[in-house]
Amino acid sequence: MKYDARPCPVVKKFQLTDTIYDFRILNKDFAAAAKPGQFVHILVPGKTLRRPISICDVNGAELRLVFEVRGEGTDILSQIEVGGELDIIAPLGHGFTIYPEKRTVFIGGGIGVPPMLYAAKHCKNSVTITGFRDKSAVILEDDFKKISEHILMTDNGSAGSKGFVTEALKEVIGNAEYVCACGSTAMLRGVAEMAKQVGVPCEISLEERMACGVGACLGCAVLVNREDGTQGYKHVCKNGPVFKAEEVVF
Amino acid sequence: MADLSVKIAGVEFKNPIIAASGTIGFGHEYSEFYPLSELGGISCKGITLKERHGNPPPRIAETPSGMLNAVGLQNPGVEHFIEDDLPWLSEQNTVVIANIAGSTKEDYCEMAERLSDTEIDMIELNISCPNVKEGGVQFGTSCESVASITSAVRKYCKKPLIVKLSPNVADIASIAKAAESEGADALSLINTLTGMRIDINTRKPIIRNITGGLSGPAVFPVAVRMVWQVKNAVSIPVIGMGGITTWKDAAEMLIAGADALQVGTALFTDPYSPLKIKQGLNDYLDSHNFKSVTELTNTVVTS
Repeated sequence: MKYDARPCPVVKKFQLTDTIYDFRILNKDFAAAAKPGQFVHILVPGKTLRRPISICDVNGAELRLVFEVRGEGTDILSQIEVGGELDIIAPLGHGFTIYPEKRTVFIGGGIGVPPMLYAAKHCKNSVTITGFRDKSAVILEDDFKKISEHILMTDNGSAGSKGFVTEALKEVIGNAEYVCACGSTAMLRGVAEMAKQVGVPCEISLEERMACGVGACLGCAVLVNREDGTQGYKHVCKNGPVFKAEEVVF
Repeated sequence: MADLSVKIAGVEFKNPIIAASGTIGFGHEYSEFYPLSELGGISCKGITLKERHGNPPPRIAETPSGMLNAVGLQNPGVEHFIEDDLPWLSEQNTVVIANIAGSTKEDYCEMAERLSDTEIDMIELNISCPNVKEGGVQFGTSCESVASITSAVRKYCKKPLIVKLSPNVADIASIAKAAESEGADALSLINTLTGMRIDINTRKPIIRNITGGLSGPAVFPVAVRMVWQVKNAVSIPVIGMGGITTWKDAAEMLIAGADALQVGTALFTDPYSPLKIKQGLNDYLDSHNFKSVTELTNTVVTS
């Protein structure tokens, strides 16, 4: 059996910003199986649909989940305390291809930042670029500094350098062999275009409203270019969340 | 241990829990949680004559106690299903139901004829999909159109024929009788109720298709009512569905008149829900001294 849903104890919990939480949950099997860019599907007490949350990091038997409160479901999850449990299906989806030796740029925007941490950890020669609205929204800065050459950007310059992540990417892409990104559609489009211009392969992680999480219900559709030259839908939960940038129709 | 087996239109199910169409694909994904042989049957994702890409995203929205979907019958087409999915499915030791949808009467007939020569156990006529522009629910909302499509497909269908009814009608009992009179071997209901949600900040509908089908616990009481009305109107078996989430819901639906059950949206909340429902139902039957699940069907006490 490839999939399982299990209650996992919450062993640590931190609040990183006004709306972003950092949960550490314990499950050695899920932690051992988790690959960069994969996600977990969390049962929300009282809700019909689970919430897909990217895997931010893995430490031993601990999965680290960093998520933003966006609505009722994530609000309920954020109120679960240490000693409580999260019922999760994990790890799910197709993650980032990792080339440990290649000079890789990992780019995250806003709440697209967390999955880039575990991905960048697998690469010996990485530059990480994170971008946020302003200083109050910055997360995981120390974590990225420890494992990579790190560039922090904010829209208004209140932390790190002023500007979008694509402006930082412009400076470093000349030496890059590979680019991985997760963030808003606008950001991903910009990153994908820049990577294409200089001929560097690029993978991007996408988000879509999701139900089953395993590829059965076909809810989380994303339009892609197919190998036969036509366009059709693939699914974020099973074919993704990570796709080759040139495959995605923005 | 109560006898959970049921017989619908001559087909033996080892238990009354069938996975509902559209929630379990062609079974591959959920077989990675548990063997499909745990289920009484599986109603496959709705298939059409040719491949359909489905609707643009977003296709999903959560609602109080449920969800909306407007997938739009994305599927690889009937031939692909027969060649790539059916050989594996037919070896899973569970009843395989092909759910068919079309834009025209001819589409339905051609698929019924083609599938009649395969190893599928039953055909479920989907005349209740609310999420496609042509066909789908258009065939399912008047007695005349239901009678006409059932009668046409019956001529080509050599397998037991289930007609899946839409709840988006004024008089479900009359629709059920129309299907029965033209040769349906069983009925399944309810499909989703058409719904809509709007993002109040952008004032845009959350679902790109604007409207979608409501499913989940929110529709359960409507489903119970309709199953009860239909059971009182026809003599063919009734497969009840619509928001069944727990074994208590399953028992209630059986009491209302269902001969078998389909479980759909509950899979998304808990992939193991069909197994938990099966176990809970068995315990309920034992504790209430029912020897067989069939003894519970249609036992509502109204006076």
